[in-house]
This record gives sequence, structure tokens and C-alpha cells, in this order.
Amino acid sequence: MITLTDYLIVGALLFSISVAGIIINRKNVITLLMCIELMLLAVNTNFIAFSRYLDDSAGQIFVFFILTVAAAEAAIGLAILVVMFRSLGSIDVAELDELRG
Amino acid sequence: MIGGFLGPLAAEIFLLVAICVILIQDAFSYDQEREWTYRLSQLALLISGILVATGMPANDQVLYGGHYRVDTLALLLKLGIIVVSMLALTFARPYILTRRILRGEYFLLVLFAVLGAMVMVAGNSLLTLYLGLELMSLSLYALVAMQRGNRQSAEAAVKYFVMGALASGFLLYGMSILYGVTGSLIIQQVAQIGLASEQQLLFQLGLVFLVSGLAFKVGAVPFQMWLPDVYQGAPSGVTAFISSAPKIAAYGLIIRLLSDALQPFAADWQQLLSLLAVLSIAVGNVVAIAQTSLKRMLAYSAIAHVGYFLLGIIAGDSQGFAASMFYILVYAFMSVGAFGAVIYLSFEGEEREQIEDFRGLASRNLWQATLIAFLMLSLAGLPPFAGFWAKFEVIRAVALADQIWLAIVAVIFSIVGLFYYLRLIKVMFFDEPEQAATVKAPRGLRFALGACGLGVFFLGIFPGMLLEYCLQAFNG
Repeated sequence: MITLTDYLIVGALLFSISVAGIIINRKNVITLLMCIELMLLAVNTNFIAFSRYLDDSAGQIFVFFILTVAAAEAAIGLAILVVMFRSLGSIDVAELDELRG
Repeated sequence: MIGGFLGPLAAEIFLLVAICVILIQDAFSYDQEREWTYRLSQLALLISGILVATGMPANDQVLYGGHYRVDTLALLLKLGIIVVSMLALTFARPYILTRRILRGEYFLLVLFAVLGAMVMVAGNSLLTLYLGLELMSLSLYALVAMQRGNRQSAEAAVKYFVMGALASGFLLYGMSILYGVTGSLIIQQVAQIGLASEQQLLFQLGLVFLVSGLAFKVGAVPFQMWLPDVYQGAPSGVTAFISSAPKIAAYGLIIRLLSDALQPFAADWQQLLSLLAVLSIAVGNVVAIAQTSLKRMLAYSAIAHVGYFLLGIIAGDSQGFAASMFYILVYAFMSVGAFGAVIYLSFEGEEREQIEDFRGLASRNLWQATLIAFLMLSLAGLPPFAGFWAKFEVIRAVALADQIWLAIVAVIFSIVGLFYYLRLIKVMFFDEPEQAATVKAPRGLRFALGACGLGVFFLGIFPGMLLEYCLQAFNG
């Protein structure tokens, strides 16, 4: 029997993987975008699990909105990535070091 | 006025329709400078401001299945957001005209961000708050990247985007736990439901995520690392905007989530916020001293100011919330003006954002140098300027709430902070200028700088009225 706790553990694991990915990743920005998507999906898992457990549809509706926002966010993220590639000539995270002090 | 069901939303609906109209107008415009897009954007903001001010119902209302709220708090914050956005647009106009920035899209993105901020401060459920926040943030990410071909702008945009998305993720994770424990998305119901003891731990976990998400968004230490880079790398016109209107909106978000929804857990989040506030005040003020770029210095000062404004929220009573609200409104106003001062020197197309560039400004244009000095003194918190009353009120609130040590830390570090604001004034008034030519800025720029400089002066002499309104938002 799969209980609420199991779903929450999956959600927490996905969330931790995505946070770790954002912090550890030194390679390229596309990985960062994937981690951000994964993070939103982790939250969605949580919402759906709670929604099912509470027998309340508000959580599932929230998930629809999050999915829509995630799509918009991915579009803007990729657009920024293109701007970055045009002006820096690479999408390396390590290249982002001009601003400091 | 439009009455009935959609009446309370008049300002937001008007702004949305206006944005669509301006979008079409902009698409068919042949004018390289987009004069009409700019004028219509300002007009749209002005009219929605009037609609907000006149459409106020006699009492607080919770509308649309509990997802939306019309009260004095939302009204004042919306007005504040609209005023600083109009000033930011006025500053940005001459700045983007001399640079390779898409003109029409710039104004439209600002309008979308304002709409998002207005939804956010009036949100009464986790869903509305989240959607308002994202509408605002997504527009801001795109705005920061507007100066295509500029390395710094691209770098700032990537950092802002990743950190902003991370913050949203934290906030959402906290919201999902809040929903799971209380079974509702509506703020009042979240606040009411009592807790069984085994859920306490889960709830506190959610609270930590929520507070760190909020801290990320406002840039409180230790979640501040993106803020100086973004402020410095973004085009100055955009920096003026992102340092002002979103801060007011973030205040609305913090009040709705922490003081309205999580009132039963006040003791828990007050502890977390005290830590954030002390660190922000200390780190912001000390690191700002070492900066040579004015934009970066103002960014660290923004971190310090976030710390001060959190003090009022830590106080946790209506007096404290009102003080904090007064603080954030005044700060947004000063911050627009201060970044306007950066634009003031670089309107000709060259970036002049180093403190060095301000050498001898007083002998080149005494009046404008005086206005910039007013803004700096106000940011430093010296009487008789508005910034003094703002600091005074939050420190008084936190002292009255028996957190004397916080008040002492705040006072000590504001003396430290005095140093770097006064340094700019010294550079402007007592150093020799590099070139003798007087600075003659475009009319819009002079007007906006005058409005900000004199605004902080008059608000400093007559702080009573705004303060009264702020108190009314929490007592009324």
C-alpha cells in the first residue's frame, strides 16, 4: 500500500535533487533550467498527493497553474539563454564571472 | 464606474485591457522612438492609479471565492507601486533612447510587472499570491535581459532568473506543505485551522521553506548573493524599477503570508526573521563601504534596507506592520530617485556609474547635485528627510516589542552606513570636476529627479499623513 508519506518522500527527494543540481552544477545553464523544472514537478507531486489525501480538488487546480507558469518560465529561461549565448559565446556557468566585488 | 461583480477589479482589468491595446499600437508603430507607446503606458498607469484611488469600497472585502481581497493595505500598496513605476518609466525613457534596447517592449514589460504586483498585494489565497508573483517576476527577468549584446546584462539576467526560480520553488514547496497541513489555500482558513501535535514538525518545515523563499525574493542575507550582481548588471533604468515596485509587492506578500496566514506561528517566524534582519543590516552596511560602483553600493544599501524593513514585521503588532509599510513605501521612492541619479549622468549613452564619475557635480549643476544629496541623506536616515522617520518608526516599533538588542544593532549599523552615503556627497561637493561643462539632462529626467528629491524632503517635514494612512491599513 502506497501511503501519503511515500509520495511526500518522493517529492522531497526530487526537490533535494534539483536544489543539489543547481548548487553543484558548474557546467552549463541548460542543466540549471532542467533542475528548475524538476523543482516545480517535485512541488506538483506534493500538491497532488495532498489533494488526493484531503479529497480536495483545490490542490490539483493549483498544479494546473504551476504547469502553465512552468511552461512560461521555461520559455523565458531559454530566451535568456539565447541572449547569453549571443553575447558571451558560450553557455558555461563558469563564464558568468564578470560581475563581482 | 463599473459596478457589480467585477467592480473591485476595475483597475486591474483596465490595466490589462490597456496593455493589450498598447501592444497592438506598438506592433503597428513605425516610430523608432516609440513616443506614443511611452505616453500611452504612462497614461494607462495614471488612469489605473485613479481607478484604484476612487474604487475603494467602504469596508474590507474578500471576493471571488476568497481568492481576492480589497482593503486599505492593498489600496495603499497599489498606489505606491503605480507612483514609483511611473517615476521609473520617466527615468528610463531618456536612458533607453540612447541605447540598443527595444523601446516598445520595455514599457509593456513594465506594465505587465505592475499588473502582477497589483494582483500580488491584493491576493488572499496562496494561488493568487503565487500567480501575481510569477507574472511580476517573469516580466522582470525579461526586462533585465533587455540590453541585448551587453555581456553584463546577459549575465545579470541568467543569475536573476535562476535565483528567482529557485526562490519561487522554495516558496511553492512551503505553500504545498501549508496546503497539506491545513487543507485550504485561502489565507484566513489557513490561519484558523488548529494543529494536531504530530503535524507541528511538518508545518515548521513548511514555514522554513516559506521564509527562505521570501528572503530570496527580497534579497535578505544569507540569500542575497544574486542581488548586487543583478542590480549592477541590469540596465540602470531597469534597476531603478526592480529596486522599487517589486519591494512594495514583496512587502504585501510577506504581510499576507506571515502576519495573516501564519499568525499562530508568529514566535517561530519572528526568530527566523530576526536572524535575517540582523545579518542583512550588518553585511549590507559594511560591504557597501568597499564599493566603487554607485550601482553596486546602492545594491548593498538595498540589502541593508531590507533588514531595517523586516524589523517592523518582527515587532509583530499593527504598529510594527504600519512602520514597516511606511518604511518600504518611502524606501521605494528613495531608491527610484537614487538609481535615477545614476541615470542622470549616463543619459548620453556612456555608462557613468562609478562614484568617481560624480566628482565635482555640484560645480557643474548645483541644483541637481543638491537633489541627489537630499536622496542620499534620506537613504542614510538623517532628519529632516523622509528616511529618518522611516528608520525611527521601525526602530521604535521593535524597541516597544521588547527586542531592545535589535534596535541597538540597527542604530549602530545605520551610523556605519552614514559613511558611504556621505562619501558620495563629499565627492559631489568638495572634489574637483574632471570636466567643467555643465550637465544638461533631458526634461523628463530633471522632472523625475526633482520630484524624488523634493518628495523625500516634504515627506520628511510632513510624515504624519502617510503614516496615518499606514496605521489605518492595520487598525481600520
